[in-house]
Amino acid sequence: MLPIEYYTGLSVILFTLGALGVLIRRNALIIFMSIELMLNSANLAFVSFARSYEGMSGQIFVFFVIAVAAAEVAVGLALIVAIFHTKRNIDVDQINSMKG
Amino acid sequence: MFFQETVSQAPQFFGLVPWIVFFPVIGLLFNIAFGGMILKRSPAGEKIVGWVASIASGLTFVVSVLLLVSLLGHPEGMVVPLAEWIKIGSFSANWSFQVDTLSVVMMLVVSIVGTLIHIYSIGYMHEDVRHNGDPGRYGRFFVFMNLFIVSMMILVSADNYLMLFVGWEGVGLCSYLLIGFWYDKGEDGIGNAVAGKKAMITTRIGDVGMLLALFAMFWAFGSLDFNTIFAKAPQVAAASPVIILLITLFMLVAVTGKSAQIPLYVWLPDAMAGPTPVSALIHAATMVTAGVYLVARSADLYILEPQAQFMVTLVGSATALFAATIAVGQFDIKKVLAYSTVSQLGFMVAAVGMGAFVAGMFHLVTHAFFKGLLFLSAGSVIQGVERGAHHIEHDPKLKKQSKSLGPDFDPQDMRNMGGLRSRMKVTFWVYLIGAISLSGLPPLAGFWSKDEILAEANKLYIWAYVLLAIAAIFTAFYMTRQVLMVFFGKPRSAAAEHAQESPPVMTIPLMILAGLTVLGGLINLPEFHTLEHWMEHTLGQAIHKAEFVMLVAALSTVLALLAIVAGWWFYNPRRYEAFWAEPAAKRPDDPLRRLIGPLFELWKNKYWIDELYWAAILNPYIALSRFLADVVDWRFWHDWFHDQALFGGFNRLTGLLAGRIDLGIIDGIANGLGTLAQRVAAVLRSVQTGFVRNYALSIFLGVVIILGYLLLR
Repeated sequence: MLPIEYYTGLSVILFTLGALGVLIRRNALIIFMSIELMLNSANLAFVSFARSYEGMSGQIFVFFVIAVAAAEVAVGLALIVAIFHTKRNIDVDQINSMKG
Repeated sequence: MFFQETVSQAPQFFGLVPWIVFFPVIGLLFNIAFGGMILKRSPAGEKIVGWVASIASGLTFVVSVLLLVSLLGHPEGMVVPLAEWIKIGSFSANWSFQVDTLSVVMMLVVSIVGTLIHIYSIGYMHEDVRHNGDPGRYGRFFVFMNLFIVSMMILVSADNYLMLFVGWEGVGLCSYLLIGFWYDKGEDGIGNAVAGKKAMITTRIGDVGMLLALFAMFWAFGSLDFNTIFAKAPQVAAASPVIILLITLFMLVAVTGKSAQIPLYVWLPDAMAGPTPVSALIHAATMVTAGVYLVARSADLYILEPQAQFMVTLVGSATALFAATIAVGQFDIKKVLAYSTVSQLGFMVAAVGMGAFVAGMFHLVTHAFFKGLLFLSAGSVIQGVERGAHHIEHDPKLKKQSKSLGPDFDPQDMRNMGGLRSRMKVTFWVYLIGAISLSGLPPLAGFWSKDEILAEANKLYIWAYVLLAIAAIFTAFYMTRQVLMVFFGKPRSAAAEHAQESPPVMTIPLMILAGLTVLGGLINLPEFHTLEHWMEHTLGQAIHKAEFVMLVAALSTVLALLAIVAGWWFYNPRRYEAFWAEPAAKRPDDPLRRLIGPLFELWKNKYWIDELYWAAILNPYIALSRFLADVVDWRFWHDWFHDQALFGGFNRLTGLLAGRIDLGIIDGIANGLGTLAQRVAAVLRSVQTGFVRNYALSIFLGVVIILGYLLLR
């Protein structure tokens, strides 16, 4: 069995990639995918530790995360469709009408 | 002296005594409620109004007679309680009526003279309201007259000094109202109102004395009831005689005000501004004798204080002589009688002062008859002359002939009269009876009462006798002068030429009063002393046994006759007409001036007492009032204290509160908070860029910082 560091290392890499994607990319869909990436890297960390410490709580937490992520995707995609309908564009830098 | 309710068989009408007040109250309420309407609607309205008032007054006379009948069986009298009035702690003053021989004598005099004058007024006011041009005031006159009877009856029937004081002030009020009855007439259109004010204020000074006497009595006796005070008086006098002296002297002040004695007599001559029946009823027969009644009623206090008695006698006899001399120098028919009244009141006050209470009351009664008669006759004379003037006005032929009747023709000036004897026969005869009675010739009423006073003075205070005897000489002289000037010789003006006699409604009361004047002496003839025995039941130990001194009587008769002869010598028709025929520029206003010019000037100008009062009291007082009003009240209190200090200070304070405190601090805090929020928001708003990635970056950095802090702490 591979040591735990490998899994956590992969998780950190994936999370970092996701975070960078959120910060750098302007396409709302890409940002969404990056958020999914961060969530799944967290899921990977959860299950890795659950396996490592032979506990069930990490795995249960992952189910919650997947459920919440599914709901979030549903809401988020609906928002993106609605924004696209009005603005014909999903570039987040163009959507700044809430500027103070 | 003291009264208990006693059981008896003789008829008792004591319980009726409140009706002496209620009847005139009913009369005046009737005239207040319906008088104006009756006068407007009915052609006989004046008769109805006048007779209602006269009957109301007449019924009080009936009640008084019934009380007299009851007293014959029960001379000790009775106190008839009506209602509780004031009750504070142990002090109480009630509406109770004192029925005794003294008060009933007063009630009889007031009601009989009052009733006759009411009836006379029916005729007199009928012409007076037309002469003065306001017939609407006819009803008001009778309301005031009835109100006067009410007040006077309260005064004489009171069983305590407080109730007496109510009547005392009530008659003063009626006097004021009736003096100023034609308030829009007189000198400068306010002369009568000023006379009323003078009477009110002058008597008010006396009333202060009355109030002080009441306070002193309450302090010394704890009560104001006559019976309680008189019972306790000897022991209080034994403990502290000063308090009795104070009470009696304060009462003397009240007497000088109400009964027109020196130094407060000045209002009475001016009071002649009222209609003549008022002068007769209030300012001759009844109200002004209230002071005499007060002293007689308080006899038990006065006999304890010889000093007070001395003072009262001095004031009375000095006034008697002083006023008698002034009367000689007057030309106004009513002014002569007014000063005569002051003088005769002096006789009465001197009498009650020296302890001759019966003599004083006797003179009060006879004076009420003959002076009431004289005033009413004078009223008849004045209206007779006014009728003459009226007659000329409405007859163009006569008007052309007589130039003497200018617009300022004075129908009261005796110099405009003369020769009225043949034109007003009834008035002349009753006037003559009154004048002889006042002059003190036997056997008329005035002789008996004045002689009793002179006899007492002769016995008690010889100096008072001298003063009073000289006053009596002057009295006979000025009455002779008046009668000769008014009724004898030839008429000296066209108005007197055409003077007409008054109607029977006026002359019949005059004849009744003349009858009373002739017979009035009977009530206390020497040898019988009916009034004295009658008064003994009330005045008890205070009474002197009067003696008839033949020498005194003879002397005063001779002196009066001499004075009449002297008067005849100066003013007999032949001589006076010769005097009058001289050119007006060369002749003085009176024959007497040729003999005693400066003295006559002194008398004519009333010793300049009014001017002296103006200079010594009134002008400084008015100056002080002006100062207080203009400087202290207006400039200090109003301008400075009120306007500047209070109002200005308040303005400045509110200005401070509104400007600095409210606008500055309170609003500053509120607005400052708003501005602060705006500025903070302006800063914070720039954070809100609207770029999603900016928000994500700040969240990321925040997470980094928090994690960094958690890891590195």
